[in-house]
Amino acid sequence: MPANLFEIRWHGRAGQGAKSASQMLAEAALDMGKYVQAFPEYGAERTGAPMKAFNRISDERILLHSSVENPDLVVVIDDTLLGNPDIVAGTDEKTILIVNTVKTVESVRQKCGFKGKVCTVKATEIALEELGRATPNTVMLGAVAKVTGIIELKYVEDKIRDMFLKKFGEAVVQKNIKALHRGYEEVICNG
Amino acid sequence: MPLKQAITGAEAVAYAMKQINPDVVAAYPITPQTPVVEYFAKYVADGVVDTEMIPVESEHSAMSAVVGAAASGARAFTATASAGLALMHEIVFIAASLRLPIVMAVANRALSGPLNIHCDHSDAMAERDSGWIQLWAENAQEAYDFTVMAYKIAEHKDVRLPVMVNFDGFIISHGVEVVETLDDELVKDFIGKQIKMYPLLDTSNPVTYGSIDMYDYYFEHKRQQVEAMKYVPKVFKEVAEEFAKISGRKYDLIDEYMLDDAEYIMIALGSTAGTIKHTINELRKEGKKVGLLKPWIFRPFPKVEYQRLLNGRKAVVVLDRSASFGAEAPLYQSVKSALYEIAVKPQIGSYVYGLGGRDITPTHIQQAFEDAFKGDLIVDEERYLGLRE
Repeated sequence: MPANLFEIRWHGRAGQGAKSASQMLAEAALDMGKYVQAFPEYGAERTGAPMKAFNRISDERILLHSSVENPDLVVVIDDTLLGNPDIVAGTDEKTILIVNTVKTVESVRQKCGFKGKVCTVKATEIALEELGRATPNTVMLGAVAKVTGIIELKYVEDKIRDMFLKKFGEAVVQKNIKALHRGYEEVICNG
Repeated sequence: MPLKQAITGAEAVAYAMKQINPDVVAAYPITPQTPVVEYFAKYVADGVVDTEMIPVESEHSAMSAVVGAAASGARAFTATASAGLALMHEIVFIAASLRLPIVMAVANRALSGPLNIHCDHSDAMAERDSGWIQLWAENAQEAYDFTVMAYKIAEHKDVRLPVMVNFDGFIISHGVEVVETLDDELVKDFIGKQIKMYPLLDTSNPVTYGSIDMYDYYFEHKRQQVEAMKYVPKVFKEVAEEFAKISGRKYDLIDEYMLDDAEYIMIALGSTAGTIKHTINELRKEGKKVGLLKPWIFRPFPKVEYQRLLNGRKAVVVLDRSASFGAEAPLYQSVKSALYEIAVKPQIGSYVYGLGGRDITPTHIQQAFEDAFKGDLIVDEERYLGLRE
């Protein structure tokens, strides 16, 4: 693997926005001058079914078109998936896990048996407080920015503006930016 | 200014079609082609193109509508996949035999059954002998570039044949990648004014399309199709050269990756070629002399190029994403037949992979290369990558 190739696997339930989050991350990384890929895994398309999405980010053109087998980062948007063996597949001590949960880092580790660094963020709670809706994506992107440094907040802010300004106005943009920053500030890591 | 966008292959193809602004688009939705038509329908609804969009009741009708449009002198486009292409089959042959410069994007998908929506190449391979030019894209960038180039090849007076732009279903059609798009004006100038030949609507010079043609002239007409294909490599190269001037991206009949000193050469179509390039980069670090020969064009099959590039190499490994039941896989068959006449024949082996979207990883590719390194390739044996046996 080229040293600068960073691979992410997102776990969520269909309809929770893992695909949109992976796409927004890709667009922000593109604006930072990176090469990117974002692609979901397509199974039976039913709302609520477990689904995966992937990102690749690199300084060089990305040639790989296989699925991500050994991610550098695993992001779990729905903590009811933690018992699913897919969460730990292809991971080791060097992999990072970020989970949207109110549970502690220790209980997450216990639940899924993850060997690498484990981080938690109360993304749904933050989203409910800031946006009034249980859409944790922007909060999760803030946590990803803090833990990995692969994206910078200001580039995500630009993407939030692109996505929401025309449709929902400046107030919604500001709320999402606040949610993003709270994800960045409030993510807790251990190990 | 070229614009770098993070978009899917489907969006890239639709974006190219927006810039081309065709006269007629007729299409019927089928996974994974659907987003191509969705994006394009939005351009039509927003009034950014002048296209007459015909929603039809089936793919058979879609191809029939673009045949009628192209015969009347319109620039016509359609897109499909899998069972949709299979349903067009009858009219696909008619489009080529009437020498109509139609462009069709195909988001390659497995054919039923069992029912499967994911990528393989059996849909396009079933149209291998239909008389269409087949271009094969590795990624979203190539899908965009080939769509831009397609009409210039199809409409050339020495060619006058339809062009199929193939890109892998889901992997490319739904995967977001970085695509550098060209300015609208640049594409418009590149495509140029359509060269019309024998349009039905030129009523002062009446012509007949699709008339009955028995044993008196049918054979001569088929012979002309054979002849037209012979001009495609030259025209493709000319168009590619012109395209390089506006884009900086250079295409040819074959993408030669690390071929100069390669002793072991892999051959594959579509997105897997990228994964092979990645694997080659890793194997090269270990000092292995490996390379990739990627066909950008599969029909016509530029046999002479294969002979020139493969003569005297140690081994050639051909990867097919479709099977030919009871015979050799289509790409392998073509390559093996090309090697019949060369002076120093390499060892050659056939590997079928990825049917119905089965993932192919660098580990699988390395495994096939390892067989070649060991001299363990058997010319008449078909092997399988990533299959439970």
